Amino acid sequence: MNEYIFYPGCSMEGSAKAYYDSLNAIKAPLDMKLQEIDDWNCCGATEYVGINLIPAYSLIARNLALAAKQVNGTNTVMAPCSACYLNLEKADYYMAERPSLGTKVNEALSAGGLHYDPGSLKIRHLLDVIINDIGLDTVKSKVVKPLKGLRVAPYLGCMVPRPDYQRRWSDFERPTELDDVLTALGAEVVNFPLKTNCCGGHMTQIGPETAYELIRRLVSSAEENQADIMVTVCPMCQMNLDAYQSETNRYFGTNYHMPIVFFTQLMAVAFGKDPKEAGFGMETTSAKDALARIGLETPVVVSPAMKKAEGLPMPVRKHKKYASGQEASE
Amino acid sequence: MAPTEVLEQQGAGLRKQEDLTLLHEVSIATAGVSNLEMCIQCGSCGGSCPSAADMDHTPRMLFAMLRAGMRDEVLRSNTPWVCVSCYHCVVRCPQNVHIPDVMYSLKGMAISAKLFKDSTAPDFAQSFVDFVENYGRSFEFGLATRHYLKHYPLRLPGMTTMGLGMLTSKRMSMTPKRIKNMDQLKAILDKAKTMELTS
Repeated sequence: MNEYIFYPGCSMEGSAKAYYDSLNAIKAPLDMKLQEIDDWNCCGATEYVGINLIPAYSLIARNLALAAKQVNGTNTVMAPCSACYLNLEKADYYMAERPSLGTKVNEALSAGGLHYDPGSLKIRHLLDVIINDIGLDTVKSKVVKPLKGLRVAPYLGCMVPRPDYQRRWSDFERPTELDDVLTALGAEVVNFPLKTNCCGGHMTQIGPETAYELIRRLVSSAEENQADIMVTVCPMCQMNLDAYQSETNRYFGTNYHMPIVFFTQLMAVAFGKDPKEAGFGMETTSAKDALARIGLETPVVVSPAMKKAEGLPMPVRKHKKYASGQEASE
Repeated sequence: MAPTEVLEQQGAGLRKQEDLTLLHEVSIATAGVSNLEMCIQCGSCGGSCPSAADMDHTPRMLFAMLRAGMRDEVLRSNTPWVCVSCYHCVVRCPQNVHIPDVMYSLKGMAISAKLFKDSTAPDFAQSFVDFVENYGRSFEFGLATRHYLKHYPLRLPGMTTMGLGMLTSKRMSMTPKRIKNMDQLKAILDKAKTMELTS
């Protein structure tokens, strides 16, 4: 039995519901027991720290204090979301590295009757525990439907392999853990040099042009390497590449179609789960063709009537800064 | 005679004591041990940065400006707001400067001094925080609606299809989730707001 204190994070119940559903689908086969932190709160993402430091760290530390009260058998907190993982890890690390921060955060926590001693919990990401606790042999032994012939681009994004305070990953920029899991599922892992590059993060909301360029780099690289699908470990990456891909296409006058799903979704279908149970069908950039390559059908979740095949002719916008790039030569 | 005066007399080129008040202020306000004072101006950060092209100043340049005491220019720079927190610079920095954390401190200082040039990013962060402070959870639907109405009304029609898709596939909810012990969280945050990192 692999037991963990579980911090889901807000997006698992919202935009990354497919991640949550598929995690639930693979829990039993992998013999994982997840004990959710009771009454956990938001980690503040990358927003709160930019406004007010001590409240931001106190917000994170409330979760750590609640988790520490729940320690029973295991002291490992597992988070599937990259930003949550990094924030929890960072609070734990910085509260020790900078004792004055630790003292002030604990002073704030005491107003709510809580306390946290940095270092008393281990903060780990879902992919880390699957690789290092459960192990690739177990993963392989659960595969009943190998993903044979599916070409997958492994995309980790930034905040899992970096800054990696505890040195849990094989490399800051070219880690191989996700490749190994996908290979164990029988998928063909394509070369994907941008595997830890940025998806744009919150720039889709505050500076879309910056985000579109980062999204374009990723999907064009995946397409150049002939991936059928991209696979990620991060709700933010999934959201940006999936939901903002059509806006990116409109902005650059491109026509990319690169579906992106969570690695747990592919694990679930490889373990023989139904695509619907694995959270397929919720993606905005349809994974239908990719699933068809392994003989699976995508469930209909969103009514396709919303989308017209062709809209009014729109002028093709090309940003002057990028006009001399690849698009111009096409 | 003060050491600087000696150097001046010897013609060492050191005309006055460097004023590092601003550099120290930012370093102290940053979580962890920022190592900001250790920057050797090598430029690995800017060279590793995926969004440097959209920045007023590369991180290296911004840190030189901090050293030079250019408070207003630094706090007006869009650089901290364009930083995507990807940590490429951090793992390549030979001096282990906590660059994104320094950027977070500069954002906070720019908000306090009201020196940011464009309110889109500060407003987004504040809206996000408002929902978290009221519910204990983030609230994507409320955040997106409020933010787009205020800053990108013209992008709204284009976003409708995506938004409806997210709602019908239950990837987004129109009602926020609230934690049970909001009183406890409020008490913690209220207390935390009275404190700053000063040492």
